[in-house]
Amino acid sequence: METTELKSTPLLAEHQALGAKMVPFAGYHMPVSYAGLTEEHHSVRNRVGMFDVSHMGEFMVKGPEALDLIQWITTNDASKLVDGQVQYSCMPNGEGGIVDDLLVYRFNAESFMLVVNASNLEKDWNWIQGQNRFNATLEDRSEAFALIAVQGPEATAAVAPHFQGAAAPGDLKYYTFTEGTFAGVPTVLSATGYTGAGGFELYLPAEQASGVWKALLEGGVTPCGLGARDTLRLEAGFCLYGNDIDDSTSPLAAGLGWITKFTKDFVDRDRFEAEKANGSTTVLRGLVITERGIPRQGYDVEDANGQVIGRVTSGTMSPTLGHAIGLAYLAAENAQLGGTVFVRIRNKALPAQVVRPGFLPR
Amino acid sequence: MNIPAELRYTKEHEWVRLEGDVATIGITDFAQGELGDIVFVEVDTEGESLDAEEVFGSVEAVKTVSDLFMPCAGEVLEFNSAVEDDPALVNSDPYGAGWLIKVKVSDPAAVEALLDAAAYGAHIG
Repeated sequence: METTELKSTPLLAEHQALGAKMVPFAGYHMPVSYAGLTEEHHSVRNRVGMFDVSHMGEFMVKGPEALDLIQWITTNDASKLVDGQVQYSCMPNGEGGIVDDLLVYRFNAESFMLVVNASNLEKDWNWIQGQNRFNATLEDRSEAFALIAVQGPEATAAVAPHFQGAAAPGDLKYYTFTEGTFAGVPTVLSATGYTGAGGFELYLPAEQASGVWKALLEGGVTPCGLGARDTLRLEAGFCLYGNDIDDSTSPLAAGLGWITKFTKDFVDRDRFEAEKANGSTTVLRGLVITERGIPRQGYDVEDANGQVIGRVTSGTMSPTLGHAIGLAYLAAENAQLGGTVFVRIRNKALPAQVVRPGFLPR
Repeated sequence: MNIPAELRYTKEHEWVRLEGDVATIGITDFAQGELGDIVFVEVDTEGESLDAEEVFGSVEAVKTVSDLFMPCAGEVLEFNSAVEDDPALVNSDPYGAGWLIKVKVSDPAAVEALLDAAAYGAHIG
């Protein structure tokens, strides 16, 4: 492997102390697993686990024109946000693809935070600056923040004893946030996550994050790596940028029509409105395989005659369900829910049921 | 890292135990650790004669899939059915119950020419 300069999160020493297996990811040394992926995965589904996701980027957007800029660059309608609310959104690239998916936090009418993927941080920053004809004030605070996600049915019990703030963790509705202190450390506590298990994300001053990590660890929260983060998000049917969405995929084809709002003007609005009227030519679907085999990124999807009708973008064995799941772009005419397609796994074409992304029982 | 001295190894992380002209083949402790939780082992070359470095099967972990390569030429006599039923054996006992195939080797001297434990240890650093 080439020796490239990898960045570290503020929690590197904690990962090393726990004997984590580290991998390069998005330019960072990141923990991929500690005790083992499957065990970590089950901890989050059944109890509570935590992830260091400090590599994520945080951009502050401020000033009287902050909302105007956000409305222009994102597909969702940020004017619907109230103070203390979060919105999932995406940024079109001007050519019908996606620059990045992101979270939009509203602190007040003139103060927002955009949380973006580490792998896209520089691209996003340059894109947003280029679109800022509104003169909103932009500040990249990515290095200043650590981010710990505490996820699972027991997340509230793990967080509540340490948190003091405007609202109690148990009272925070999904996709809202509050400010306060966690074990004395200034914290933005956000009821969001990427696992489908519920819980919180804690935005922390980088230099004080290790104290929070240790307090959670002492409270019995299982440290979890990027491996479990990926299997958890895929079970929940959440898109991963670089796999399921990228600069060549439209939000509508990716199943993100629910965050594409034609109530305002934005980059690529006309293009997406036409795509919505005419229908997307490909659609991101979930695949369920119950035979022995796992769909992987890049595998072909075929119809019963062996014609290629799609491509797998993500796939894994689902630790919760005990069978393989995946996401794939399928030609619209082959994407009927409940239908059967075939995933080419080496020398076999394994039948897969076409479902909506989101594999967990409701 | 467990690297038994009496075995031979490949750079692709297979191990070989030669008894007469029959070789038992598996993947190393290092390999199972790198792969993580193994969920399927697939070998559909039973009864076939393969050259060295030909693919004899594949091993699927939760996150990744990896081909399995013949360390030496020979006929695949048997696929370990215990591993087919319980792939986690490859993680828990890679040199024992987690063996993968038995091969009737064409040239036992070719096995001796593979990496020894010290050379394999140096290879994985």
